[in-house]
Amino acid sequence: MIEVRDLSLRAGAFTLEGVDLSVAQGEYAVLVGRTGTGKTCLLDAVCGLRPLRGGVVRLRGVDVTALDPADRGIGYVPQDGAMFAAMTVGDQIALPLRVRRVAASEAREQVVGIARELGIDALLERRPRGLSGGERQRVALARALVFQPAVLCLDEPLSALDEETREEMYEVILHSVRDRGATALHVTHSPSEARRLGSIGLRLEGGQVHPFSLKAEARSAP
Amino acid sequence: MNQATPGTERRRGGRWHDAGFFGGLGALTGVYVVLILALLVADFGFTSMADLGAAIASREILYAVKLSLLTCTVSAVLSLWVAVPAGYLLSRYNFPGRRWIDLVIDIPIVLPPLVVGLSLLILFQTVFGRAIENALFPVTYQIPAVILAQFTVACAFAVRTMRVCFSQISARPEQVARTLGCSRGQAFFRVTLPQARQGIVSAGILAWARSLGEFGPILVFAGATRMKTEVLPTTVFLELSVGNLEAALAVSLLMVATAAVVLGLARLFGMRGGLG
Repeated sequence: MIEVRDLSLRAGAFTLEGVDLSVAQGEYAVLVGRTGTGKTCLLDAVCGLRPLRGGVVRLRGVDVTALDPADRGIGYVPQDGAMFAAMTVGDQIALPLRVRRVAASEAREQVVGIARELGIDALLERRPRGLSGGERQRVALARALVFQPAVLCLDEPLSALDEETREEMYEVILHSVRDRGATALHVTHSPSEARRLGSIGLRLEGGQVHPFSLKAEARSAP
Repeated sequence: MNQATPGTERRRGGRWHDAGFFGGLGALTGVYVVLILALLVADFGFTSMADLGAAIASREILYAVKLSLLTCTVSAVLSLWVAVPAGYLLSRYNFPGRRWIDLVIDIPIVLPPLVVGLSLLILFQTVFGRAIENALFPVTYQIPAVILAQFTVACAFAVRTMRVCFSQISARPEQVARTLGCSRGQAFFRVTLPQARQGIVSAGILAWARSLGEFGPILVFAGATRMKTEVLPTTVFLELSVGNLEAALAVSLLMVATAAVVLGLARLFGMRGGLG
């Protein structure tokens, strides 16, 4: 599970104070909120990418507040895919396995397996330049899932995609993330994305996280 | 008689204004381009191939060519060793004194070359400088002085190039790599550094080219001793001082050719902003 208690941080002039958040084991939480409310900052803080002024982050009951991002075991999918431009698709999906010293043959097997699952096995020898937005997000997802993380953080991963590709990605995410039983925290602006993917809804508003019902949201949607 | 509509008049007037605007820009640019071309044409027109061949075949000039190639390469490599970490640190992190370090690194760029040489000379007359010479090897008026003089100026340009290069590379992939299990070092070496390859090549070429053209600091700190601390700019100076204009010109043309090759390489590697 993901648990944040009394979190405070500062990013330039922006501050978050005393934020609490809780996502139970195996839930797919969607975090919504208006632009500039600090959703990405909160996600970065959970991943260890932003220094905290106060508070605690616990993953699966373990306090990871002082841990390096590398030691938190979170699969992170950023907004634009954040491809490693100098690596082939295969190499960047294999990176989490290489740094964990997984044997090359086993790593190759796992990379091919996840690439097949996400429909990008034909791209393994290509470099990111020239990949479509949907392909980039599939690669970013494969890279984040290949080391079997128990927690996944996704920062508006579908925001730059067209409607058709987004529909495809809903299915890909639902199958690959939820079927693994990973706990996910997914930041999005899109109410339809939240309804399609989320099992619980969280709204960041006025510096606080409030749960909301995705079903009620769906009923009130046009 | 056709009467022009107000719109037509504006278009005609616009064309004249455009012609005037671009004519002005073109004339000012053209003056400078013509000046550079005139310099080259004058150089090439002043000497013959026979003079060039004879001058370049001389023992002293061959020594200067070899020493220039050696010292410029060593300076460029040393510059990159400093420029890559310094450029990364200055572009990625905010830390106390960052602005001051930034400012200090820019000093060799704005300092008059002779002052750089004089400062190096004085530094090696201090207790600190003498200790280095006693502990390691003689520097002043020796080949290491040539390298140090070149490095002092070239490195500042290389750091500036690497700083711009790293600031143009998004920090996000490096952060993602850290969440995937990479340490800071692994993320830097595996993700960011390969992306900076073009910038590293550009910084290396720039440092090499700056080193090749360095004269003032070398003259003061390393001297202008034939077959000892003589590099190509020193040769031009020495030949001119004894009135051997043909030899001075031959070496100058050799440096022009080298500069052309360096410019070509720089363009090839996408360094559009020019050499410093």
